[in-house]
Amino acid sequence: MCVLLDVQGLSKRFSGVRAVQDVSFTVPEGAIFAVIGPNGAGKTTLFNMIAGALAPDEGTIRFAGERIDGVTPDEACRRGIGRTFQMVRPFPALTVEENVVVGALLRAADVGKAKIAAAEVIERLDLDAKRHQKASSLTLPDRKRLEVARALATKPKLLLLDETMAGLRPTETDRMVAILRELNRETGLTILLIEHVMRAVMALASRILVLHHGAPIAEGSPNEVVRNPAVLSSYLGAEAL
Amino acid sequence: MIAALLDGVPRRVLALLAVVLALLLAAPFIANDYLLTVLILILYFAYTGQAWNIMFGFAGQLSLGHAIFVGLGGYAAAALYVHFGIAPWVGLAGAIALAAACGALIGFLAFRFGVAGVYFAILTIAFAEFARIGFDHFNWVGGSAGLFLPVANYARNDLWNLRGNPAMFYYVMLALTVAAFLLSHVLLRSRIGYCWLAIREDEQAARALGIDTFRYKMVAVVISAAMTSVAGVFFAFYYNNLFPEQVFHISRSIELILAPIIGGVGTLFGPIIGAFLLTSLAEGLREVMTAFGFDAPGAKQVFYGICLLVVVILVPDGVWPPLARALRLTTRRES
Amino acid sequence: MPAEIYLNIAVSGLLTGLVYGLMALGLSVIFGVVRVVNFAHGEMMTIAMYLAIVLFAAFKLDPLVMMMPIAGVLFVFGYALQAGLINPFINRPEHSQFMLLVALAIIIVNVLLMLFGPDARSVQTAYSFDSFLVGALIVDATKVYAGAAAIVVASALFAFFRFARIGKAIRACADNYTGALVVGLDVKRLYALTFGLGAACVGAAGSMLVLLIDVTPTLGPAYTLLAFVIVITGGLGSMPGALLGGVLIGLTEALAGLFFTPSAKSMFAFAILVLVLLFRPQGILGKKPS
Repeated sequence: MCVLLDVQGLSKRFSGVRAVQDVSFTVPEGAIFAVIGPNGAGKTTLFNMIAGALAPDEGTIRFAGERIDGVTPDEACRRGIGRTFQMVRPFPALTVEENVVVGALLRAADVGKAKIAAAEVIERLDLDAKRHQKASSLTLPDRKRLEVARALATKPKLLLLDETMAGLRPTETDRMVAILRELNRETGLTILLIEHVMRAVMALASRILVLHHGAPIAEGSPNEVVRNPAVLSSYLGAEAL
Repeated sequence: MIAALLDGVPRRVLALLAVVLALLLAAPFIANDYLLTVLILILYFAYTGQAWNIMFGFAGQLSLGHAIFVGLGGYAAAALYVHFGIAPWVGLAGAIALAAACGALIGFLAFRFGVAGVYFAILTIAFAEFARIGFDHFNWVGGSAGLFLPVANYARNDLWNLRGNPAMFYYVMLALTVAAFLLSHVLLRSRIGYCWLAIREDEQAARALGIDTFRYKMVAVVISAAMTSVAGVFFAFYYNNLFPEQVFHISRSIELILAPIIGGVGTLFGPIIGAFLLTSLAEGLREVMTAFGFDAPGAKQVFYGICLLVVVILVPDGVWPPLARALRLTTRRES
Repeated sequence: MPAEIYLNIAVSGLLTGLVYGLMALGLSVIFGVVRVVNFAHGEMMTIAMYLAIVLFAAFKLDPLVMMMPIAGVLFVFGYALQAGLINPFINRPEHSQFMLLVALAIIIVNVLLMLFGPDARSVQTAYSFDSFLVGALIVDATKVYAGAAAIVVASALFAFFRFARIGKAIRACADNYTGALVVGLDVKRLYALTFGLGAACVGAAGSMLVLLIDVTPTLGPAYTLLAFVIVITGGLGSMPGALLGGVLIGLTEALAGLFFTPSAKSMFAFAILVLVLLFRPQGILGKKPS
């Protein structure tokens, strides 16, 4: 199995606060990898470094064999890393279709082809009925799906999902999990997700990394991690078992 | 190609546009000279408003110093004409090149150094003021005393040298406005248009989708500057004189943005509707005032200010969007 | 050129710069707290200047003596403006607020134009042509009084923000809007108060400036711009920065007027602005944005 993402010794501090401390892990192609941990554990900072929004202070990030630490966000996307934001950021005045077309334009030769590609993604994310609705008028679950659709339209090799399930009802969560599982199965898309909703994590992830105060405290299969005493005491609590 | 242009535009809109265009084409035969000059003014503001709109309404970069591009364009073409006898249609190349270079400079400085929002607007003001004072001391083009174009008699229309009667200028301005309108339409539904709107809505999110926002913002500024400079050339040859104090003054820049803001920023028809509304109401006000024998310099500007105030408070998206919805003319693309 | 001339010009520029600094202080306070880009700042000062002119013409009242009442009038104007017109705009997009104040500026300039006409007016007091001799220095009396008044008013403002309870409350709003709401501060009222204070500053500065320059209705925009240059150069959110920026710009203007033509002096202010925006956007004394 080929390694798609290889993070080694990644660190980042913000004026004295060590947000991420010496984090290392690898994500094989086609896997679904989850990063969990309490708030402030450094998960989004980690994502931001992988996606090019922040430059790491130390460490390296290798994507498909090439170093990408310090690369710009748009360059990271061009190389095949798509991302969503923790606070969803749709283009409010644009319709659902137009939002996704913006994403699709990265790989499409012109607007016409982008629209066709966008239509496929919109269909997959169950947004077809709302394609002509303005993004500002969408409900939160729809916005989350739009966020995923838009990132997906850039045909990424690696999709970074930042707390996509937050704020969703259990049925909505299950729907999103089903969509992501299907994507992974059918297209082999590698997914790296930050999540608090353990229901989704357990259903999706083949491997989990746990961060606490910016440092890794556990890594392994879902069953291993969920029984890890350090993880239980810092984050999950005994009820998780 | 025409089919591609018209694709997706509702029939009602096309019909209305056809009627308006027909009226505008016939105007010189129906209207008197005074009305014609008012129409020229309206088209001028519609054109410059559309050019400015590309930078702000589409790409989200607020320029409050746009008069610099009008001035640079006008002075470039006028200087070439006065000093070397070069016709304006050729001088246009010089005008566009100069304005585009200036726009590129402003854009590069601003976008490389992360100057955005209000600070960007202030930067554009600073550049325009710089130009105003600079040209005041630029004696090759007349300095503060102004640059004057030789005025021939208007018996013959010289389209090549842009010397002629109001009707000739009217058709030139009409052609420019229609061209600006078509260009904006094409840009809006192209890749550039989508990327611009994305940048306007949320630049960080746009970058996360692989858009090189620096490049697209630069393109917006350069296109806007180039388009505006053409209006400057027209201005120079229509009024036959250029004074730095007037041409580069901040009130020109503010005047330029009134029409698109009142009409509707970011929309295709906004600048045109805004220009019609603003200029015709202002002229109407002036007529009423002279009828009452009331002559106050500055009254027209107060009127503009009040219009702007009312629009900003009551219809911040401009007059056109609610109007279009009421007339059921909206295409899905009108933001 | 003998050194005394440089010194004279520099001191002159410094004193004028103090008045500029006071004007900019008003803008700094408004922008720093309410976060509104007051594009009508210079225009508000012009109102104050015309008030001073009218009072002087009608009652022979010295502008410096009338400084407090004029500042008071501007305070009320600013308070009403913020409470009535601007407060609803707090959460609107930046350019909307901007346009609101641009509209106001246009209206103010042209109403003044309609009322007073385009001709320049000035105030000639008894001491308008006096000067002080300090060693080799010859300094205009008007500039000395104006500069001194500027320092007094600025100090009063600093003290207010440092020691008065309301002053601290206003600083709290600036630092943390939500936090201020949570502790029960009436933020809207405090915003109105702040705008009023900023307007009062500008009113006081106007009363001083009227002794130094001729007044026309179209003066407004140039001084709005100047205020922004000063505030951005000195540092947004820094009150000493505004004064420092004012003095710097006053000096630059004076010296530029000496070395180049006087009309080109504002070019240097703009050149400084561009350099600051590019290389040190937080200004000399400003804090780096987090």
